[in-house]
Amino acid sequence: MADTFVFSPEQQDLRRAVRQFCAEFSDEATVRRLMESPAGYDPKTWSRLGAELGVLGLAVPTEYGGADGGLVDQAVVVEEFGAALLCGPVFGTVALAIPALVALSGDEAKADLLPALVEGARTAALAAPERAGRFDPAAVTVAATPAGESWTLTGRVAQVVDATAADLLLVAATGPDGAALFAVEGTAQGVLREPLSTLDLTRQQAALRLEKVPARLLAGAGEAERVIGHAFDVGAVLLAAEQVGGAQHLLDLSVEYAKGRLQFGRPIGSFQAVKHRLADMLVAVEHARSTAYHAAWALQDGTDDPALAASIAQATCSQAYYRVAADTVQVHGGIGFTWEHRAHLYYKRAVTDAALLGSAEAHRERIAALVLDTAVPQPGTPPVAAG
Amino acid sequence: MSTGTNATDAARVEEAARRVVEQHPPGSVSQQEFLGACFEAGLSWVHFPAGLGGLGVSRGLQATADEILQAAGGPVPFYVNPIGYGMAAPTVREHARDPGLAREWLRPIATGEHIWCQLFSEPGAGSDLAGLATSAVRDGDEWLVNGQKVWTSLAHRSRWALLLARTDPDQPKHKGLTYFVLDMQAPGVETRPLRQMTGQAEFNEVYLNDARIPDAHRLGDVGAGWRVAMTTLMNERSAIGGGSSVRGSGTIADAVALWARYPDRRTPVLRDRLAALWTTAEAHRLTGERARRSATAGSPGPEGSIAKLVSAELNQRVYEFCMDLLGPEGTLYGSYALRDNGREADFRGPVQQRFLRSRANTIEGGTSEVLRNILGERVLGLPGDLRADANRPWREVPRG
Repeated sequence: MADTFVFSPEQQDLRRAVRQFCAEFSDEATVRRLMESPAGYDPKTWSRLGAELGVLGLAVPTEYGGADGGLVDQAVVVEEFGAALLCGPVFGTVALAIPALVALSGDEAKADLLPALVEGARTAALAAPERAGRFDPAAVTVAATPAGESWTLTGRVAQVVDATAADLLLVAATGPDGAALFAVEGTAQGVLREPLSTLDLTRQQAALRLEKVPARLLAGAGEAERVIGHAFDVGAVLLAAEQVGGAQHLLDLSVEYAKGRLQFGRPIGSFQAVKHRLADMLVAVEHARSTAYHAAWALQDGTDDPALAASIAQATCSQAYYRVAADTVQVHGGIGFTWEHRAHLYYKRAVTDAALLGSAEAHRERIAALVLDTAVPQPGTPPVAAG
Repeated sequence: MSTGTNATDAARVEEAARRVVEQHPPGSVSQQEFLGACFEAGLSWVHFPAGLGGLGVSRGLQATADEILQAAGGPVPFYVNPIGYGMAAPTVREHARDPGLAREWLRPIATGEHIWCQLFSEPGAGSDLAGLATSAVRDGDEWLVNGQKVWTSLAHRSRWALLLARTDPDQPKHKGLTYFVLDMQAPGVETRPLRQMTGQAEFNEVYLNDARIPDAHRLGDVGAGWRVAMTTLMNERSAIGGGSSVRGSGTIADAVALWARYPDRRTPVLRDRLAALWTTAEAHRLTGERARRSATAGSPGPEGSIAKLVSAELNQRVYEFCMDLLGPEGTLYGSYALRDNGREADFRGPVQQRFLRSRANTIEGGTSEVLRNILGERVLGLPGDLRADANRPWREVPRG
């Protein structure tokens, strides 16, 4: 078991390598070019991340093409992606589809589907309804019909992140026995993907329409809930890591600006109104980092309730990233509101990340259910004065 | 310098702690004997040198020792002697000019035999501590001290005090200070309780009238008092903010306990407020854990200020929540009469008293405003504010 909060030299090397790669291939100019391109990302860059750097399936067992590391390794990578606002299906493929496939009990689908995702040769998205960070089988809007040995899916899903260009769609659909999980080829007959215009241009979404699409059953009614729930917990942790990366980047940006921007003949960072805002941003980032790392280690090593750890991380990181992004715009003043400044790109990512996989409020609700609703009164502690 | 800890050192600490627990079981020996055994085994401050209560290993390993010692029922030294253990010890260790004297002071600190207090704040010098006016004038091998200190907790029980005094009023304020260890039993030292809004008197005023200090009891060089004081203050903040490593413990436990006790007073709005507080408490706890795990052998850095800032503001919000949950019952107050000669610890009192006490949290040990300046300037590297007193002799700076 790894020592919680202490990154190994290998993990530090990994972080440096990904940071360097992003500096070269996901600089601001590249992000701006890709976010307005139809695909929304550069498949060549994505495949280099998979095939050359090998950083898309770090927690995947080697027999499926992965590195057999742990969630902490993957979180380190996703944090750096978040700092660079990397364009690519990080959320759909790395945070959700790969963890869902890894959680399947059978080997065959894993062996068929995982290696190409891990290599970056193919991408994937997960279409499963989520409420407050949990899978909600009652909200499934796709029907599954048995067709001999196979199945067909029919229905609509209003918003699926990273579905626009996905080669593989993992779809929750309701069959005769309840909600199950299926695999659909993105190019299959009957799949209609309508790209949506999104607030965050660096993270694509599509509306999905399925009309009698041939599908492969991955997890039956009994298993799907566990598999998708696992993917949501892992996804929440990786999303938290992304939020930490973005928030730290913005803090650094704001501090540099506050040191260099002069008004009234002195750097604005010397004014306490600005300095104290930056100090609060620092506290928010440090808290976010602690909860995200704790959750990554907890899920990897089984040292804490995964649902609670994931919710603590999401409740903290969603709030922190949004707060830091909003304050970044404020610290930058007029320039921070312009299209040419990158603050809005991160601000929009922060808004989107906060809404994905459950809002901070939703995760607080889950924390309340786990911690407060079960609290047992202790007579006399603390005492209350009676007057 | 590498972060984290070294496996051999960890094994040494563990073995030493087990031996102490085995040879001096906390249940059957006195607290003083047990803590004395910890000192001799180098477990009081594991990062101190051998012979001075340490083993010369990484600070992070203190948690390893404490876990074993406290699991066996050993006392928490910080609770026994908060200022002595948490602040005086690191200051003495780093700045005492005579190792013999350092050992003489450190052992009774570790055992709780000698309680220490801190004579820093004055009526005219709060956040601007370096502007303090208490004077120390050299008189042969001694110093003659005159002035008034305030907000001194534990002064009435203390054997020794950390004292910051002005030795050169013609220098700019930071440069004219010198740091001393004062014998609280010396003639000319008078302690009076200071009553606070809770009705109790945890703090004191200390009047110094021609109190004498031998020069041997000076820490650091003459005029270098501010640098020495930094050691004390950094350790103070990390000690105050350090908190517990058990999830749900600390002040948040009071709010959760009340929540559990009054199911009929629950509302969805209060529930979300409490969940938010609980989550912040947990993020604060995990941040402390993370800092401890990566602690090196050095002194705590300015990041201790994060913990102090957060815990102070969190305490206030926790007790505000408790009062809102109590409703009209919260408007009652047992009694404002001085208890235990006015020295009953507020944090053991009823919720309403703890609520009032929490107002001091954002003032004591560095106001939240000062802490945000420290985070901004020393952690983020932002430029300092304009200072009206910069480079002016202290004597010429307006005060009031």
